[in-house]
Parts: sequence; structure tokens; C-alpha cells
Amino acid sequence: MASKVTSAVMRKGLRVLGVAIRAEKAVFTAAVLASSVYGAMTVASAWALGWATENVVLPAFRQGEVGTGTLVAGVLLIVGTALLKALGVAGRRFFAGVMQYRMQARSRRDVTRQYLRLPLAWHHRHPTGQLLSNASADAEAAWAPLAPLPMAVGVVVMLVTAAVALVLTDLPLALVGFLVFPAIALLNLVYQRRLSPLATRAQQLRAEVSEIAHESFDGALVVKTLGREDAETARFRARAERLRDANIAVGRVRGLFDPMLEALPTLGVLAVLLVGAARLEGGAITAGTLVQVAYLFTLLAFPIRALGWVLAELPRAVVGYERVQEVLSATGSMEYGTAVLAGDAPARLEVRGLGYAYGDVPVLSGVDFEVEPGRTTALVGPTGSGKSTLVQTFVRLVDPAEGAVLVDGTDLREAARGAVSDVVALVPQQTFLFDDTVRGNITLGLPVDDQEVWAALRLAQAEGFVSALPAGLDTKVGERGTTLSGGQRQRLALARALVRRPRLLVLDDATSSVDPQVEAKILYGLRDAAATSAASTVVVVAYRMATIALADEVVYLEHGRVVDRGPHDELLARCAGYRNLVTAYEREEAEREALGADEETGGEAAGRPGGDLGADEISTDEEISA
Amino acid sequence: MTTLQETPGTQGLRGVERSAIATVRHGLSLTPEIRKGLGGTFALAVLATVGKVIVPIAVQQTMDRGLEGPVPDVAYIRAVVAVCAAAVLLTAFCGYLMNVRLYKATESSLATLRVRGFRHVHDLSVLTQNSERRGALVSRVTGDVDQISAFMQWGGLMIIVALGQLLVASVLMFVYSWQLGLLVWFCFLPLMAAMPRFQRWLSAAYTRVRERTGDMLSAVGESVVGAAVIRAYGAETRTSERLDTAIEANKTAQARTQKIVATVFPLTEIVAAVAVAGVVLLGVRLGVDGDISEGRLVAFLFLITLFISPLQIATEVLNEAQNAIAGWRRILGVLDTPPDVADPGEDGVDLPRGPISVSFQEVGFTYPGGPAVLSDVSVDIPPRSRIAVVGETGSGKTTFAKLLTRLMDPVSGRVTVDGEDLRRVRFSSLRERIVMVPQDGFLFDGTLADNIRFGRPPATDEEIRLALTELGLTDWLEGLPAGLDTPVGQRGESLSAGERQLVALARAYLADPDLLLLDEATSAVDPATEVRLARALEGVTRGRTAVSIAHRLSTAEAADEVLVFDRGRIVQRGPHAELVARPGVYADLHASWVSAARS
Repeated sequence: MASKVTSAVMRKGLRVLGVAIRAEKAVFTAAVLASSVYGAMTVASAWALGWATENVVLPAFRQGEVGTGTLVAGVLLIVGTALLKALGVAGRRFFAGVMQYRMQARSRRDVTRQYLRLPLAWHHRHPTGQLLSNASADAEAAWAPLAPLPMAVGVVVMLVTAAVALVLTDLPLALVGFLVFPAIALLNLVYQRRLSPLATRAQQLRAEVSEIAHESFDGALVVKTLGREDAETARFRARAERLRDANIAVGRVRGLFDPMLEALPTLGVLAVLLVGAARLEGGAITAGTLVQVAYLFTLLAFPIRALGWVLAELPRAVVGYERVQEVLSATGSMEYGTAVLAGDAPARLEVRGLGYAYGDVPVLSGVDFEVEPGRTTALVGPTGSGKSTLVQTFVRLVDPAEGAVLVDGTDLREAARGAVSDVVALVPQQTFLFDDTVRGNITLGLPVDDQEVWAALRLAQAEGFVSALPAGLDTKVGERGTTLSGGQRQRLALARALVRRPRLLVLDDATSSVDPQVEAKILYGLRDAAATSAASTVVVVAYRMATIALADEVVYLEHGRVVDRGPHDELLARCAGYRNLVTAYEREEAEREALGADEETGGEAAGRPGGDLGADEISTDEEISA
Repeated sequence: MTTLQETPGTQGLRGVERSAIATVRHGLSLTPEIRKGLGGTFALAVLATVGKVIVPIAVQQTMDRGLEGPVPDVAYIRAVVAVCAAAVLLTAFCGYLMNVRLYKATESSLATLRVRGFRHVHDLSVLTQNSERRGALVSRVTGDVDQISAFMQWGGLMIIVALGQLLVASVLMFVYSWQLGLLVWFCFLPLMAAMPRFQRWLSAAYTRVRERTGDMLSAVGESVVGAAVIRAYGAETRTSERLDTAIEANKTAQARTQKIVATVFPLTEIVAAVAVAGVVLLGVRLGVDGDISEGRLVAFLFLITLFISPLQIATEVLNEAQNAIAGWRRILGVLDTPPDVADPGEDGVDLPRGPISVSFQEVGFTYPGGPAVLSDVSVDIPPRSRIAVVGETGSGKTTFAKLLTRLMDPVSGRVTVDGEDLRRVRFSSLRERIVMVPQDGFLFDGTLADNIRFGRPPATDEEIRLALTELGLTDWLEGLPAGLDTPVGQRGESLSAGERQLVALARAYLADPDLLLLDEATSAVDPATEVRLARALEGVTRGRTAVSIAHRLSTAEAADEVLVFDRGRIVQRGPHAELVARPGVYADLHASWVSAARS
């Protein structure tokens, strides 16, 4: 991680600034103009004070009188320069802020658009936390130097003006300035170089402390039930103490440099007095000039640090910008064709020679089957056999690496954008609810009236609990809304699919958290509906016999291959793996009944291949539908 | 599905109402490290502040003493400069010492506060934990503490420095000329009076920004976490619009805040210029009358600059102070909340090892502000027995389990274990002897072995392997790419839901409890594996007491006794064979299971 202010980081950082400047030319120009006014007026205010000292104060003291004109001029000069300076400061701050926020918003829009554009496979390769921070913290860090940038430019104007003014005023005093101000700038540079790796480290540890707390609180129930509070506290304490030490290390550097940066300009003023006294002695300057130069040093001491602030932000900005760019330059967005999938009738699904792999691990290979319009097919197989991945190809969440998925004879990859989701609806294994109302979660923006929403809820056996919610369809659900049980969430997800009247409905173990009684009602409801208007072709992934029994045909998968297919009864008769899986409970029960006297019986199911969890792959299909 | 639904969020954290000062005082009392040597740090801060008036004094001395004659007294000026330079170095050194002490004290004390808060969150009851969003709990030991430290190391220090600066400058001003001193104060007073108002504006604006940022983050979160649903339902445009709205609202709120800052901040410059002009005007008159020397007048001009920075940062500092106090209140809110299910600690008893008997005596439970979820439950579970708990969702099964494991305490009646009231049993003993496997097998980021070892940290890889073998999971383990070293990913997300349950089960088994409570612990594994596991469990729980919340037939059939829950009561109990023969809740439940399994 680039945490040091090296020249390479500087170059990259300046390029990042260049991007922002080109993108927001007008705002940047306004900010720089305002800041230049501020810079010039800072020098001018010192000059005004010097002028007032020379022409108002000293004559008054030395001659005991001063002209009203001069007095008014002095006051106007002082107040006038201050007004202009204040305007400059206001403009600089405002425009700098606007520029920074605009760039942040721009990056966030671009990044989130890209998230929506990139295929799901890309999402799976990137942890959720990383994607969140790309859009929030990274976008913020990338443009953080924009806040002090205009001020830094103004400071450059200020320094140049001051240098010119000093040279014009008195060369030896100017030389003092030429020694002091580069020294401040240099000290600043050293400061930031020493500070930024420490600050980065502290930042990193802060994130780690937060991660531990997050994980530990998420697993609070496990921690409690296993009585591991002490161990967890020790784990947290260790990291919290490292964070403490890192923060103290930051504090040491700050503590050392901050007073030095304060002291240096003060020493500069003292040097001015020393040199100035000698110059006064020789009559080269007046007392007013001395005051003016000393005042100028006081005024310049603080703003000059703005150069350091920009430098300090650059390494973080470079990292943030590169992370954002990585998202923006990611390729592999979904390509769409132009085919439309017209029609009202149930769709025909054909899976042809389909293959898919996660990295090097093959998940599906040579999968062939078709589902005739209006028919129901069950996909059955052990955990990890590739069922969820397979159904994801039906809605183009992933594209097959080999072969194709065809709906009504059209390869899904040739379908126009949006065409697939108009026809096919997938209800995934794990339910995701948006931070929105029940209605919003079901329609997802689809223009349907409440009557249709209620009809879908009825079919999903969700009508009862939704009407009992405090605000019915308008009840907020999702993370910050009413807490729903797993089964209730699944039923909302089902309604979300049903309200679309899909011509192909795909259920991926979508009623696993629903009570068996309620599940049965849902399945019968679907079958009855299929006989009437809301007809659709159905593919269902299931373990439960009740679900499988509804299917006209079963496709049995093992290790990503179709082992057998046909009606349930036929498969039961001829396919050992299938039989072993779906009758496990029954056989167990039968054995138990037979057991009575014979304690030795057992283990039959254990040795069978169908009983294998088939976990030759991890991180594969089961959780991806989350 | 039985976990969350029964938990209405009414058992939140209970902070004690305190004034700002009482909050800070109480907060400091919890972290004694910070008060140690605070006096010394404060003294150093004062000394460091004195460094700010060196320039005005040097200027005044130079002009009044060094330049008063027709020829500058260079020797005197040299002496002044030398003394002042020494003073500058000394005050800078004081500043350094002060900073280091401050950082050490604050960071040490806040680390302590963080750890205390963390520990306390774990000590709170499940009910309290579940009533808060996880993220909110996390921020109490992270962001909230950071806010306090930011304030103590910058804002708090700035208040001291700024007040010191104003004080020292004012004293010097009044020494030089009380009339001019009054004039300067007269110029700045309206601005000072307006500061609290500015701060309120700013604070409201910042709150708005925080809210908008929160909305934006949650919108971004949805687009990432809900990526599959968004694609499956073609909701990209809608999501994109929602995102743009949230991002734009956030930007607008930020810009509005910036407008306030950009307006308020430069006001000080104008006021300072007016003060300077006023000092020149009045000073000249006073000078003519001989009431003030020219050096003192010029020094005044320098002293006025000392008023600028305290006022410019005042709104920010006040804001930070407010945030820090709010942060303090939030973390104290955690620490003030008593764990309503508390460890008896020293006064408690340890359970002897050996099979456990449990007795529920007229137990009732009600969630705060909710209806009764369990009433009049009396049941004896003899040692070594195998109990199945059945009933529909919401019938009180999970509440029963939570009371048995003392995740919650009954509202009425009592639960005893081996004749001992559960409330008197030390947690260290209780958690070792009674272990529950929840339905959602939460895993920690790490390897498979790390997670199983969580049940018993000293366990070797061999013991873990043995445990898995005894549970009949060898085939599964061998199928994993890196065996025990397979990383499970964040929250175990690299494993399937079923596999996570297997790990959770192995973890609990390795802990070697005398009572194992399974809360639908294998609901997501495939039937063949589940049957195999059930068989293995029967073997390994032999000689222990086992309570299973059942979601399918065979668990109930295998049990010595079935407890049938309905609407918070045990309505039937007895062996499966007996219950199934009688009409009633169990027979109905059985019928629906049979139809689901066979159809």
C-alpha cells in the first residue's frame, strides 16, 4: 500500500488531481480565483497594516498629529483588504467543498452503475465489504485532497506575492523570509512523510478492531452458548491495544512536529526583528516596514501548512482512486442480443450441453434436459451437486461456460436486455429484502395495482401475516424495518416472483423455512393456479418429497451431471442414488421400526454414494443466490 | 425461523439520563488512566500557550525600548530576541511533552473503555443484544470511542489552548491599555455570542449529512448484497435511480453544510479587521494624549490575531465536543445496561460432572410488553434421557430452549439443573456443561479447524478429526479441498448452509457437554446426510442428556419422550408411539409431516 509520500506517489497523486481539475474546470477555476484573492489579500493586509503604522501611528506618536484623510485611508485599507480576504476565504471553502463532493458523487454513481452492469460472477469474486468500501470510503479518499487543494494554490500565490513584496521592500529581510518559509515547507514535508505510514497503519488497525467487533457481535449467540466471552475479549483487547500503540505512535510524531511548526515562524519573526533592527540602524528601512514584515510572517505561518495537507492526503487518495478505477475498468459486462421472448403461454425450457466451472473446479458438465410448456420439473441432488448454479443460468445470473439455455427456442444470450426477467422468475434459496415497503419489495417498480399484489401474496400464503402488519402493504421491511421470520421472508420473495406472472417459474429450495403445512398449501395453490390463468412452466429445486411429488418429471444431479431423469416413480425404481437420497427418512423410519430388538442394524445409508455430501467444491452454489 | 420472530425489540440498551458534565465525569471515572498526571499535562498546556504571546511582546519591546531613541538600541534588541527565542524553544518543548502525555493518557484510557464496552456487550442477555442492530453495537466500541479520542486530542486540547490564548492575550491587552482592550472585546463579543447559534446550525447540518450518508450506504449495500435479485428481476434501472437519488441527496447535504462553514468561518477575519481599524483609530488618539506607547499599540495589532483562530475553530470544536459527549453517552449506555441474565460469579455454584437432569417448575415467560409466550410449563427431564420438542412456529419451542440454556430467565417459576436453580449456577460451569447448537450455525472467519476448536480451544487436530469421525463426517471432511485447513470465509459464507450446520454441530460436540440441545440444528443438510448424522448423534449422545427441537418425524420417533408445545404450553407429552395413537396436536403434526415426507 502506498503510504509514503514518495515521488512516484506524488506523480500519481498529481495525475489524480488533474483528473478532478479537468472534470470540474469551472468550479476549480472559481475556487482557485477565490483562493488567489485570499492569498493576495493576506499579503495586502500586512502591507495595509505596515502602511497604517508608517503613515498613521508613527506620525501621530512622533508628531502628535495625523491628517483625517490619512486616517480614513488607513481604516479603509485595513477593513477593505479584510473584506476581500474574507470573500476569498468564503469562495475558496465553498467551491473547494463543492468540487470535492461533486467528484465523490460522480465516482459513487460510476461505481454503483458498474456494479449493476457487471455480471454476477464478478460480484462473487469480490467480498461484499470491499465493494461497499469502493463506493464509500475509497470514493471519499480519492477526492479528499480536493478540499485543501485550492487553499494550497492560494498559498502559492500568497508566497509569490510575499516574496515579491519582500524583495521590493528590503533584500536582507527578504532573505530571512527565503530561509524561514522553505524551512517550514521542508519541515512539513518531512512531517507528512513520517506521519503518513503511521496514520495508514492506525487506520488499518481501526478497521481490524471494527471487523473483530462486527464478527464477534454477529456470532454473539455462539460466543455465549459456548461460554467463550473471555477468549473473545482477549482477542479484541489484543487488537485494541495494537490500535492504542499505533495511535500513540501517531501522537508522538504529531506531538514533535506540531510545536516545531508553530515555533519556526515565531523564530522567523524574531529573526526579522534582529535583522530589521540592524537595517533600521543603517536607515535602510522604516519602523513601519519592520512591522509590516513581522506581521506578514505571522500571517503566513499557518496557511503555508496547507501545502502539507494536500501532500498528506495524496497517498490515501492514490490508493482510493486506484481502487475505484479497478472497479470502473473491470470488463465482462453482460452482452445482450435483440431477440424478444414474446407470448403469454408457459415457456419451454431447454438446457443443452451445459457446463460451468468456478475457477478450475467444474460444477456442471454436459447437462441436457428440457421442460415442456406448462410442465413441472424437480431438480434433485445432494448438497453441492450444482443445482443452484444450474437454476441461476435460467435467469442469466451466470452464463454457461459451455452449451446453452434456451427459452422457447431462443438462446438466453441472444435475448434483449430485460427480456429474460420479463419471462423467467427465480426465487432463490436465501431471501433478500430491500429496505422498502412490502409493496415495494414485491413490485420492485413493476407497475401493478394492489389487487394484483394481494393476489400474489394470497398464492404465496402471505396474505394473512401481511394484512396483520401494522401498515399492511406500506409496512417497511428489510434491515431497518419490521422483523419477519425466515418463512415470512421466503413467502414475500415468492410473491415477488408470482406477481410478475412469469412464464417460467424457478424455485430454488424456496420454501425451506416455511412450515410443512404452509408449504403444502403453497404448492397446491401453485398447482391449482397452473390449471387456470396464471399458468407457467415450473422448475423446482427440492429435498422434500411433497415438493418432488408435484413434479411431472425429476432430473437427478450428482457432481454436476445429470445421472437420470424421468417420472419420480421410475427414478425411484431404477436410480440407486436418487432412491437413497429421497427415501432416506422413510428408510430410516422403517429401520427404526424393524430395529426394536436388533441393535446392530445401521449404517446402510452411510456408505452409499448418494449419501455423500458431494462437497468436492466449496463456496459454490448454495450461498450464491443470497 | 423460530429465532427472531419471538423477539420484539423492546429490551433495548438503557442509558441513564445525565447532563453533559455528569456524562463526562462518569466517563472519566471509568477510565482512571486519563486522570493520572492530568494536572501535569494541563500545566504543560498552559506553558505551551504562553509561547503565543512571545511575538507581540518581542515587537512591543523592540519598538518601545529598542527603537525609542533616534538610533536603534541593537544590543537591547539582540537581548530581547535571544530571550524570546529561548522562550519559544522552551514552550515548544513543553508542547511536545504535553502532546505525548495527552496521547498516551487518552489512548490508554480509551482502549480500556473500548474493551470494557466490548465485554459488556457479550455479557448482555440475548434479548438485549437482539434488540440492537449489530452495526449500532459495533459503533459503540469503535466510532463512538474514536469520537471521544478525536475530541480529547484535538477539540478538547483546542478549547484549553484557545481559552488560554484568549486569556493571555486579554491580560496583556489590558496591561497595555484597558481602553483598547475593552474596544477589542467589544468588537468580538457579538461574534462570540453568536457562536452557539452557528454551532446549532452546523450541528443540524452535520446530522443531516450523517443521515444522508447512512441512507446512501444502505442503498449501496442493497445494490451489492441484493445483486442476484436485482438481476433476476431486471430491477437495474429502479435500483440505479434509487442510488442516484441517495448519492445526490448526500451531496446536497454536504454542500449545504459547506455553505454554512464558508459563511461563518471568514466572519472572524472581518471582525478582526474592524477591531484592528478601531485600535488604530482609538490608539492614535490615546497615543496623542500619551496614554499608550507606539510599541504597545503595534503589539495590540499582533495580539488581535490571537483572537482569530480560537473563534474560527470554535464552531468545529463545539461540534466535536457535542459529538464526543454523544459518543460518551452511547458507550455509557452500554455499560449502564445491567445484564439482565447475570453470572452469579463468586456466589454461584458449579455443577458436578455427569449426566444432567433438568426440571421446569411452573415456568412462564413474557417478552417485555408482549403477550405470554410460555405459561405454566412444568416438566422433569431425567439424566441420560433423549427429549424431542415439537410444535408449530411460535408455539414456544425456542423460548423453552433459551430458558433451558439460560439465555433468558423465566418471568415466573424456575428452572433447576441437578436440583440447583439455574440462576445460581456459574456461567463458566453452565456453558461447559450445557451447550446449544442453534439453527443458524454462525462461523468465524478462519479455517474449519479454528471453528471447531472454538468449542474447546486446547483440542488438537487429532481430537477434531476424531470428533468428526464419531459424527460420521469423515467423508465430508475428505471431500473438502484443504481438509481441516479449509478456510470458511467471512461468517462461514464459503460453505453451504448445510455445511455450516455440520461445523456448528462438530463444534458443540467437541465441547463435550453433558446436555446437548439441538435447535433444528440440521435443517439445511440433505436428507441422506441428515439421517446419517442423526444416527451418529444417537451414538454420541448416549450417556448424555439430549434435547432436540425437532423439525421432522424421525427425531421425535427416536426420542424417549416427546414434548408437544402449542401456544406456549406443553399440551401433550410421552413417547411417540403413545402420542401418535391419540387424537390431538401431535397426531395432526405427525400427519402433516408424513404427508410432507411421502406425499
